[in-house]
Amino acid sequence: MADLSADIQQQVLAARDAKQTLNIIGGGSKSFMGREAVGDRLDVSGHRGIVNYQPVELVLTARAGTPLTEIEAALAENNQMLAFEPPRFSGEATLGGTLACNQSGPGRPWTGSVRDHVLGVRLINGLGEHLKFGGQVMKNVAGYDVSRLQAGAMGSLGVITEISLKVLPKPAASRTLAWDMGAQEAITFMNQLASRPKPLSAACWLQGRLYVRLSGALSAVEATLKEWKGTELTQDQANQFWQQLGQQELPFFDTDLPLWRFSINSAASIPALDEYSLIDWGGAQRWFRGEQDKLHMESLAAAAGGQVSLYSGGDRRSEVMHTTPAVLQAIQKRIKTSFDPDGIFNPGRLYHWM
Amino acid sequence: MSTTSKPSQDELCQLFRGFIAAQNVISDAETLKPYECDGLSMYCEMPLIVVLPETVAQVQEVLRICHRYAVPVVARGAGTGLCAGAMPNAEGVVLSLAKFKNVIEINPQTRTARLQPGVRNLAISEAAAEYGLYYGPDPSSQIACTIGGNVAENSGGVHCLKYGLTVHNVLSVEMLTVEGEKVTLGSEGLDSCGLDLLALINGSEGLLGVITEIQVKLLPIPEKARVVMAGFDNVQQAGDSVGGIIASGIIPAGLEMMDSYAISAAEDFAKAGYPKEAKALLLCEVDGTAEEVQEHIEQVEKLFHSFGATSVRTSQTEAERALLWKGRKSAFPAVGRISPDYYCMDGTIPRGQLAHVLTEMQRLSEHYQLRVANVFHAGDGNLHPLILFDANIPGEFAKTEEFGGKILELCVAVGGCITGEHGVGIEKIRQMSVQFTELELLQFNAIKDAFDPVGTLNPGKGVPTLRRCQEYRSIEPKNKDMENSNNTNSNKHKEGVAHG
Repeated sequence: MADLSADIQQQVLAARDAKQTLNIIGGGSKSFMGREAVGDRLDVSGHRGIVNYQPVELVLTARAGTPLTEIEAALAENNQMLAFEPPRFSGEATLGGTLACNQSGPGRPWTGSVRDHVLGVRLINGLGEHLKFGGQVMKNVAGYDVSRLQAGAMGSLGVITEISLKVLPKPAASRTLAWDMGAQEAITFMNQLASRPKPLSAACWLQGRLYVRLSGALSAVEATLKEWKGTELTQDQANQFWQQLGQQELPFFDTDLPLWRFSINSAASIPALDEYSLIDWGGAQRWFRGEQDKLHMESLAAAAGGQVSLYSGGDRRSEVMHTTPAVLQAIQKRIKTSFDPDGIFNPGRLYHWM
Repeated sequence: MSTTSKPSQDELCQLFRGFIAAQNVISDAETLKPYECDGLSMYCEMPLIVVLPETVAQVQEVLRICHRYAVPVVARGAGTGLCAGAMPNAEGVVLSLAKFKNVIEINPQTRTARLQPGVRNLAISEAAAEYGLYYGPDPSSQIACTIGGNVAENSGGVHCLKYGLTVHNVLSVEMLTVEGEKVTLGSEGLDSCGLDLLALINGSEGLLGVITEIQVKLLPIPEKARVVMAGFDNVQQAGDSVGGIIASGIIPAGLEMMDSYAISAAEDFAKAGYPKEAKALLLCEVDGTAEEVQEHIEQVEKLFHSFGATSVRTSQTEAERALLWKGRKSAFPAVGRISPDYYCMDGTIPRGQLAHVLTEMQRLSEHYQLRVANVFHAGDGNLHPLILFDANIPGEFAKTEEFGGKILELCVAVGGCITGEHGVGIEKIRQMSVQFTELELLQFNAIKDAFDPVGTLNPGKGVPTLRRCQEYRSIEPKNKDMENSNNTNSNKHKEGVAHG
């Protein structure tokens, strides 16, 4: 429960003087993501603890090394939650890593991502300056949104030391329906359900079965349950399914094959892959296992209006993110330089050119 | 890259008329006049030229020419902004996107809309209505303001707590860089690889690029919405009941508070049946399925009573709901009727600080001898104090601005910020140094440089340069108005009516 920010700042300054690079590590639970890490280990897991939590303000501030489990336990005492349902990766995931890797769970299309819930960050840039952006209020348009910029930056812009987040009440009730159907039918059906004003909170298709979660006021959930029919899962079955999906612990994820993550138009079909995929986020996120040519996967993703990344496995020395057009590459490089002129932080983790 | 010899106004017009219809390149004083300010009309400046291109290719060419000669470019939508973010630059071009009015596509299946930047906020929901969909963010100016401007300011509205700000509802933008290169940020998917430039663009006030197309998410229109109105004898009780609702696990679609000045002005104007004797009034809207609304309305009514509300009234019909909102939505013009001018502020505070902030504001009001009415997005802590003044009294606007500055400093002091949804523009550029350190401002400047190294996109707005920020720190409040004239040379104080 210590504030180690001064210590971290010293390590950054020392690395800068010594012209060394740093590999920022919290719980280490997401080291499989991104490109292969290089640089001296900068362990921030000791920099932890909830700094401020005001349930009635719906705002929580915690040090970046705080494990999600600790945060979720504190929230649960007040019947609140991280509405973006991040994976905890066996309890090792920290808040900082969750933001840096932009990790969100099954409710993401309806309740938003970690990026959507961030209100403010403190971070140490490559000059060793400890800076504060955003704040602890819901609405704040002063200055550029540096806080959300950290989502998915994989630590390339600095060491995040503290994060303020919007938190939400837990839904009063939650029920799950299932239907047996093929992938194409499920994609159409999920999108139809999502266009109705009902308390839909997750929709996932896997191996011939569509799972739909309803969350909200008990009366609304029960009325929708009757209207939509389908097979209702028991509370235990439902909890287990969404838990395993959100934690990426379903047998589907237990693979040595390269795992591809598509973020695409929710209604798009990828006929070659869909039947073998795990289709989450109401169609907007699709997981596929298999040895594939990356450029081929990128062309499929682009045709489906989005992008693909090699989430885990495969060759981590080559690029794992969707290819960036030259103009955007140039802008991203300049932004990287604006935070980290000497290229100290997580070099090449996001792209080889960054 | 830029050259040193700048073309004259005539030469630039000639260049633009080479590819834009002559009547859409404006350089005569009379036709330029309406462009001299945005919704914050106390700040004005005549531009060199206004161009109204009709195609993206024309916008690209305008940007290329301006980049070649380092001519400042101020992009403009409907000009409803309230921070002078679209105030022209005397040596620059106003790039109006008013002709880009097309809703390119509504996709009911994916619940998305592709829009040109000049589409009005309300027009999106109107176009989506036939599919049972609507666009979430609803700034008060939604009849007139454009989606391009909404992205530039990261606009909010009364439904933010539940449905988010613009940044939460935009999937992608097509943007032109300062050099006129076209890029797409975001995609049809929810997350994108790499640095989240889309997050940076939302709220960037036209400093990083020019947006030429926007893809937004649409939401299913709720089955039912009802509003509960509650009057209170004191602000503290009203504030506590807001906390009580949140703690009960309900996220209202809208949760608005008004103080006694605002209640009384709004009631005289809208005849909504507000309790004029109340010291604070809350409007709590609940939406969702019919069952959910019924369940939540009963809880909210009970909570209001338990927190000591002196009157509680729940809309029974759509017409009654509209009437109860009418008072709130017309609060700004209503306040305009009890004072020759008013100046609208936009700080955000942690909700728990409300009573303290209002007390402190009352003290400042007495000190400056200026009345202040308060309208508050209570759900998300966004406070809109309206300072009442008379622009015809010499020095009164300067006093008003100083009072406004003190309010924003107070917001920062209690853990809030200087602007919740109106943006910094020129208006709050001084207070940026209150909220951020010099190192933080330098980081912002470095981000600006990454997009616009020469600094021709909306110069002088949003983020103070370091030199300027040092000046702001060293200047005493009483001289602030003089310093401001550096920014706005031909600053004339027109009638100070802002709407929002």
